[in-house]
Amino acid sequence: MKIDHKKEPIIRISKRVGIQFWKSWLIRLAAIALSLCVCALLIFALSGLNPIKVFGTMAKGVFGTQRKLMNWVRDTSVLLCIAVGLAPAFKMRFWNIGAEGQMLVGGIAAAACMIHLGNLGMPNVVLLLIMASASIIAGGVWGVIPAISKAYLNTNETLFTLMMNYIAMQFLLFFTPIWEHPAGSNKVGIINSVTKVGWLSEDQKLATPLIMLFIVLIVTVLMFAYLKYSKQGYEIAVVGESQRTAKYAAINVKNVVVRSMTISGAICGLAGFLSVAGADHTISEDTAGGRGFIAIIVAWLAKFNTFVMILIAALIVFLDKGAIALASEYSNYNLTNDVADIITGIILFFILGSEFFINYKIKFHLGKGKEEIA
Amino acid sequence: MTNEVAVQMVDITKTFGPVVANNKVNLTIYRGEILSLLGENGSGKTTLMNMLSGIYFPDSGSVFVDGVPVTIRSPKDAFNLHIGMIHQHFKLVDVLTAAENIILGLNEKAFIDLKDVRKQVAQICDRYGFVVNPDKKVYDMSVSEKQTLEIVKVLYRGADILILDEPTAVLTPQETQKLFHVMRNMKDDGKSIIIITHKLHEVLEISDRVAVLRKGEYIGDIATQLTSAQELTDMMVGRAVSLNIDRPQCEIKRECLSVEHLSVIDADGVKKLKDVSFTAYGGEVLGIAGISGSGQKELLEAIAGLQFIQQGGSILYSSAEGEQPTQLVGRTPRDIKRMGVRLAFVPEDRLGMGLVGSMDLTDNMLLRSYKDGASPFANRANPRNLAKTVVEELEVVTPSISTPVRKLSGGNVQKVLVGREIASQPSLLMSAYAVRGLDINTSYTIYRLMNEQKMRGAAVIYVGEDLDVLLELCDRILVLCAGEVSGLVDGRNTTKEEVGLMMMHLPNKEVEA
Amino acid sequence: MTQLISILTTAVTFGTVIMYGALGEILTEKSGNLNLGVPGIMYLGGISGLIGAYLYETGVGAANALPVVGMIIAIVCALAGSMLGGLIFSFLTITLRTNQNVTGLTLTIISAGIANYFGGTLSKMAGGVGQISVAATSSAFRWTQSLTDGWGEFDTLFFNYGFMTYLAIVIAIVLSIFINRTTKGLNLRAVGENPATADAAGINVTRYKYLATCIGAGISGLGGLYYVMDYIKGTWANDGNIEALGWLAVALVIFATWKSLRGIWSAYLFGALCWLYYYIPGLTRSTQELFKMLPYVATIAVLLFVSFRKRKEDQPPASLGLSYFREER
Repeated sequence: MKIDHKKEPIIRISKRVGIQFWKSWLIRLAAIALSLCVCALLIFALSGLNPIKVFGTMAKGVFGTQRKLMNWVRDTSVLLCIAVGLAPAFKMRFWNIGAEGQMLVGGIAAAACMIHLGNLGMPNVVLLLIMASASIIAGGVWGVIPAISKAYLNTNETLFTLMMNYIAMQFLLFFTPIWEHPAGSNKVGIINSVTKVGWLSEDQKLATPLIMLFIVLIVTVLMFAYLKYSKQGYEIAVVGESQRTAKYAAINVKNVVVRSMTISGAICGLAGFLSVAGADHTISEDTAGGRGFIAIIVAWLAKFNTFVMILIAALIVFLDKGAIALASEYSNYNLTNDVADIITGIILFFILGSEFFINYKIKFHLGKGKEEIA
Repeated sequence: MTNEVAVQMVDITKTFGPVVANNKVNLTIYRGEILSLLGENGSGKTTLMNMLSGIYFPDSGSVFVDGVPVTIRSPKDAFNLHIGMIHQHFKLVDVLTAAENIILGLNEKAFIDLKDVRKQVAQICDRYGFVVNPDKKVYDMSVSEKQTLEIVKVLYRGADILILDEPTAVLTPQETQKLFHVMRNMKDDGKSIIIITHKLHEVLEISDRVAVLRKGEYIGDIATQLTSAQELTDMMVGRAVSLNIDRPQCEIKRECLSVEHLSVIDADGVKKLKDVSFTAYGGEVLGIAGISGSGQKELLEAIAGLQFIQQGGSILYSSAEGEQPTQLVGRTPRDIKRMGVRLAFVPEDRLGMGLVGSMDLTDNMLLRSYKDGASPFANRANPRNLAKTVVEELEVVTPSISTPVRKLSGGNVQKVLVGREIASQPSLLMSAYAVRGLDINTSYTIYRLMNEQKMRGAAVIYVGEDLDVLLELCDRILVLCAGEVSGLVDGRNTTKEEVGLMMMHLPNKEVEA
Repeated sequence: MTQLISILTTAVTFGTVIMYGALGEILTEKSGNLNLGVPGIMYLGGISGLIGAYLYETGVGAANALPVVGMIIAIVCALAGSMLGGLIFSFLTITLRTNQNVTGLTLTIISAGIANYFGGTLSKMAGGVGQISVAATSSAFRWTQSLTDGWGEFDTLFFNYGFMTYLAIVIAIVLSIFINRTTKGLNLRAVGENPATADAAGINVTRYKYLATCIGAGISGLGGLYYVMDYIKGTWANDGNIEALGWLAVALVIFATWKSLRGIWSAYLFGALCWLYYYIPGLTRSTQELFKMLPYVATIAVLLFVSFRKRKEDQPPASLGLSYFREER
């Protein structure tokens, strides 16, 4: 018989049953603080700059002027809109990785209306409503295709929605030469740059970002109420937990999947509309620019609570904008826009990792192991 | 049985959060004996054995194998000590063959070579009397084939100490006898066998010694031949309990449900129910007996609108005397609800079907009624009151009504589920294995609730596995065998043997086990 | 005929990049880990190899650089860089049990940032965008040896590629043998299908997941290296192509239904589909984009077909995307 001399495991992990609210937030704050330290070290290593000064520069770069502040509001609104759109899908445990594509087709629809209906002379409000509807419908269609396939064939939705992103991107590239301006630039260019028809507001500096924020906040509140208090929201929660329970409770699971994904895609489509009509007045590969993926992280970290999403979206956009400001301020110091991605990534990793310490308890058994050796 | 100690567990303690699953438990296992580990569900039997097989690690306490202190940190450590466990939920990989499952994790050779495995498996089978096809994929296997494979897998790894966790729960009586035969062969071969069970007659039939756990505490052990069912029950529950279940006589009797020529085919094309016909009356408890998997689940689900019913079947429901009966075939659960059928259904899988584990009591009460009213928003006021009522009347132990039901113990989960279902004043109450895994007190509460519904005039359909309970509780017993009705008997004047025989045989036709 | 040969050779070179990505991901997914960080890992492999080769060539002087030494340095660096990415993913998803989808996406974001940052820095050091050149190292990657000299088109079709093209096929075959024929491969499949069962059978689930994910990342990273050294001939382009190729690799895993041998011809088919527009006459700048959609549409078609047919052998590993905790109750 083999004799086992191995000592007890040094680290023991067990699941936490419950954790106080303040404790979980303390862990998250500690994670963010720690990640900022890592970022500071990294910036110092790359550029030799004083990290504290660097964070000051970031803050100034984001909040320094009204224009910068409003840009932050604008981009936060778009990111938040996508994240809120993802909430019903994720709550249903439907891995919608296709926000990027849903937003893009929404943007394409808005741009198409702007270009083709812009010179008909209809009032701007009417055109905007048509654009918004077109975007919502386009996004909804993009969301519902994988949903139908999931509901009736049980196709893996993560992979299906991912593929839909690239099909959307190819559609955009298909339309780009058709809509390009000026000819040969291979860019759509600013749409209706003279007439400003189909623009959310002529006042880019203040009104547009605030209108966008207003629209998105309404959507956020509505989604919160929808998920928490409505019958359909209850159905989503049941389907997310167990499809068998849902069937038992006389819930039509297929309908719920299709309906919720239509809503999810539609709101992502609306984000495309906001981006085209509000922020950019053009459409390009950068319209979505990976925000569909970042929004997934926002929605996940917020545990599908749309109000928490506001905070996280604001933080991520701040980091992104701050790092870009940093890069332009210190371009002689080896910092580029890419540093924004690195900093964002590091902070996200830390926040993600912190969930472990919220869900699990760790015990160290150092002393006992030694006893056994002795 | 020898006096040579194989394994000794001393002062083992294991907690899961605030729950103490094992509190300073001591257990000794001798070579060449069959030891029954007896206890109610939740008494910590499986947890204790999981620590011996390396699935869990104890918080404190020590384990000795052949007198030597050992640390079992993983199943691999357990194998090296010749300890093997057959879990209640089989640990097999569906897409692999039997032989591939057997050599999983062994790494005897670099490349997969199944020739020797087949030979050795054949030897083991001959020695103890098994039948295993090494090239069959697990997803094609029946439950008893899977269990056999599990035992062969453990033996292939050279286990001398075998732990079987409720092995008979999924077997027919015939298969159980076969298993016991094999177990005796293994014992004669010098192996130590621990069988976890809460079925007293099996304990008395198969084991040499019985060790009893109660609520995580070690109560004691006794040689089987020196004890009786009554004594073991006392040790298990801590005090003598009357084994009598009430069977009140109900004056109301009316036809409630008339099922005719019901056939169901599952998604894989397997026929689960064949031409089933019966009638359920208000004011009686209709028991449904049968080996697990004989179509009980499908029958209840078909009535609830959750199964696809073959052409020609008919389920007629009458809500009151003299009313035009309603056809339920071809209706979805939603339709059935909308038609005003007052049907309550306590499914077998409580947290996977009847309740939502992560939701609190209030939201679980909402599950049946969330659609009520025209508002797009769900009304939570009534469910909240219902939750309070259920907690009070059924003595549910819970910190509050906003606690997720997953955090409650098994008995309390079932009380929440049954409480919700009977709250709708059903005219038809169906329950599947309503007392499975519950302690005796809770079981009696459930029997009482069933009888209350019967006395109200509801038709109660009770699918059970314990024949003693079925014989004492039910007015009539419908016996299913391989998806067909093999008999319908009066609960008052039938015997266990009669029902048991019907479970195994269809009239005029032998069923191979 | 010439056009057919041309489309086939394009398909092979292009297909090889995504084949590496997909082969690595197949190994990773067999352990139950869905790593959506493949594009990022290919970025890491590409930039690490390039940095290694660049530092070597500028260190000894372009004239003195030995192609073979540069090649070895590039491969070692690419493996190290991409496996580090795999290690980060493993630590987060296996040890800290973070959500795999979210972690993978984050890994792609951060790796793209790292790769483009260093790509930009190298360009600056080299004197401007597109100025990086590791000619010696790249020449080793692009060195070809014909075995059928003078067989004309046959020769062009089969022996006109750098060694990494053939290495990809070898890796695919080795992977297939490993997964299907060896006991370790059997254990790996069990881990991806049912980790609790594998654990009870004495398999170290954590170790298998770590190793499969890290080695898988190494293989995926070679795709990035092949792209940088062979496909774009030893320079850096900040154009997001690697990311697009990475997502194609994720698609290819599905298209090949998690079988590495099927991955070989599927990769070439993907390559052909991606470049088909080039050989179809009469396409405008606009309509050619519709043709580039083909690989994605084909993947969706396979997804639908597989879920329609429900063959157990074609399904994703059963525990794909889920983390494992032994004492879960």
